[in-house]
Amino acid sequence: MTAPTHKPATPEAEQNSDLIIAEDLIKHFPIRGGLLRREVGAVQAVDGVNFAVRRGETFSIVGESGCGKSTTARLLTRLLEPTAGKITFEGRDISHLKDSQLRPLRRDMQMIFQDPYSSLNPRHTVGKIVGAPYRIQGVSPEGGVKKTVQDLLAAVGLNPEHYNRYPHEFSGGQRQRIGIARTLALKPRLIVADEPVSALDVSIQAQIINLLEDLQEDFDLTYVIIAHDLSVVRYVSDRVAVMYLGKIVELADAEALYSAPMHPYTVALMSAVPVPDTRRRQERERILLTGDVPSPISPPPACRFHTRCWKAQEICRTEEPPLVELLPRHQVACHFPENYPGPTVEESATEASLR
Amino acid sequence: MTTSALRDLVIRHPGKGDEQPFLEVIDLQVHFPTDDGLVKSVDGLSFALDRGRTLGIVGESGSGKSVTSLAIMGLHTRPASEQSRPGAQLSGEIYLDGEELLGKTPEYVRGLRGKRMAMIFQDPLSAMNPYYTVGKQIIEAYQIHNQVNKKVARKHAIDMLGRVGIPEPSQRIDAYPHQFSGGMRQRAMIAMALSCDPDLLIADEPTTALDVTVQAQILDLIRDLQSEFNSSVVLITHDLGVVAEIADDVLVMYAGRAVEYGSADQLFNRPAHPYTWGLLGSIPRFEGPKRERLLAIKGTPPSLINVPSGCPFHPRCEFAARNEGLSEEIRPELAPVEPGHTVACHLSPTEREQIWEHEIAPQL
Repeated sequence: MTAPTHKPATPEAEQNSDLIIAEDLIKHFPIRGGLLRREVGAVQAVDGVNFAVRRGETFSIVGESGCGKSTTARLLTRLLEPTAGKITFEGRDISHLKDSQLRPLRRDMQMIFQDPYSSLNPRHTVGKIVGAPYRIQGVSPEGGVKKTVQDLLAAVGLNPEHYNRYPHEFSGGQRQRIGIARTLALKPRLIVADEPVSALDVSIQAQIINLLEDLQEDFDLTYVIIAHDLSVVRYVSDRVAVMYLGKIVELADAEALYSAPMHPYTVALMSAVPVPDTRRRQERERILLTGDVPSPISPPPACRFHTRCWKAQEICRTEEPPLVELLPRHQVACHFPENYPGPTVEESATEASLR
Repeated sequence: MTTSALRDLVIRHPGKGDEQPFLEVIDLQVHFPTDDGLVKSVDGLSFALDRGRTLGIVGESGSGKSVTSLAIMGLHTRPASEQSRPGAQLSGEIYLDGEELLGKTPEYVRGLRGKRMAMIFQDPLSAMNPYYTVGKQIIEAYQIHNQVNKKVARKHAIDMLGRVGIPEPSQRIDAYPHQFSGGMRQRAMIAMALSCDPDLLIADEPTTALDVTVQAQILDLIRDLQSEFNSSVVLITHDLGVVAEIADDVLVMYAGRAVEYGSADQLFNRPAHPYTWGLLGSIPRFEGPKRERLLAIKGTPPSLINVPSGCPFHPRCEFAARNEGLSEEIRPELAPVEPGHTVACHLSPTEREQIWEHEIAPQL
């Protein structure tokens, strides 16, 4: 805990509360073809995203498969190098650091993976897996590695006596706990979790979600969570960014986003979530999107959602809507937002033409 | 027990009591011998399903829901003496429209698949043959059951692809599975499963691999096609939201047994089994006020080799201590709590109501 400050919030202090900032982040994966393996195109996985994650919050990125959310996570932790744009972690530009420069950074940011089966080395004992960060970073924790690892195992709800067991002796939920213990070893500030519970059974999911919440408090963590399950995201997040085809289309506080989504895509996404309540079966109005998500190799021009949007007008095909703060703390990239009290682009355009 | 006595225990939607149910499963057991011991995947499961209704089977991995569906479809490998790896040991009875299936030869059951009953699998990429076009795979199934020439069958396949919402079906019919997106593949598999108007459709996690917007499309499609053909549908899933969305009746499975059965309305509004409470408490809410903390179920699903004695759920049950050790010794049988709603639990009705009203319902 830092000493409480009574200074008025200046823009500088505002800046300081951000742990990691992404500016115009772009990642294109080249597609090579022909005899000379020339670049013939690119998968535009992430195409210009901007956001800042505040210290101590849980920031979630949601979207459907192929929207670029996992690529964004890998860019933040610098498992991938951005094609363009800037990532600032604790005030330091980390966008193009070399591997050797990245290693010290890994102490401060760690990642939890989706599949607890492929993310643990089957030939290493739990003790070796959870203690690996100390070995790699050359850190000798107080009280010895074994003692610290056993404390970590206890912290994530595993039996410390299981130190010498192998991953195959554990169930999926327990393996996910082992992975979480490993990320905590170096007391990181930021944990990026890519679908941390989607491979687990419902009852185990709840255990892991509760654990992540407890650890956030105990270890003072900031989370970036990538997920497709909108109910889970609502439960864990402070703020949520919705991605579609490599771009953020909406970014807001979780409560505001779920109670009054503004981007048509978010509205459709929310309406498609099956709710475990039979009484709501009839009441809910469902917006069925037609077709599939277009290919990120040649995304639609201007607003990328216009091919599936029921509100699309001419302007959506010609002009890309910028991500702007339409309501306080609620950013949307749409010409015709839903749940918006103010004038839409169309209305202000007619007003302008009248004048 | 004789079959007729067992029949009285078969859980079923009460609406059409006198009529013969379309699908009836009686005391089904599916065991797999392994080097470590006998895996009792399904251990005494009975249920019935009427024509035109949708039954949702819910449970965690290893609860026996998929093994049950494979048993109905006759897709388990039977043990053969020459084989080094023995297959499944099945016992019990399965009636499809009054006809017992487990005693029939594999060849006979194969003739029923496609026409009388069809299945939609979770992963369409591995359920389709990558070597043949989507159209060829649909045409093949249709021609086996219908004496038609290739031209007619092809027209029917195009028709089916169009019905499930594949754009430009007359061109896409010649595409290979890998050229389809995940949602389109799932649709193509549904088109294949429905091409012969099956009376029974088993959908095993049909939307688990799909995004929510596509999931909504597929669920709508299954609902529409069911009302059109008046088929019976068994929907297997772990997602309670999907069940609430389309099931008429719900069967909750745990460790190879049914622990609760009732209409969707009863299951979601008046659940009776502590396991069902746990499942409902485990999912974060999508609407309404946010839950303070999720009511996770402690522990992990049991090993099916050493199933806990008595009630298999007792090691994870918060309320096992309230019935004087009964749940550790005696396996509870399904008993009615209200018409059409049965539960296998030792809690007394008054105690259950008390717990639900004061401890569980306020937290859900």
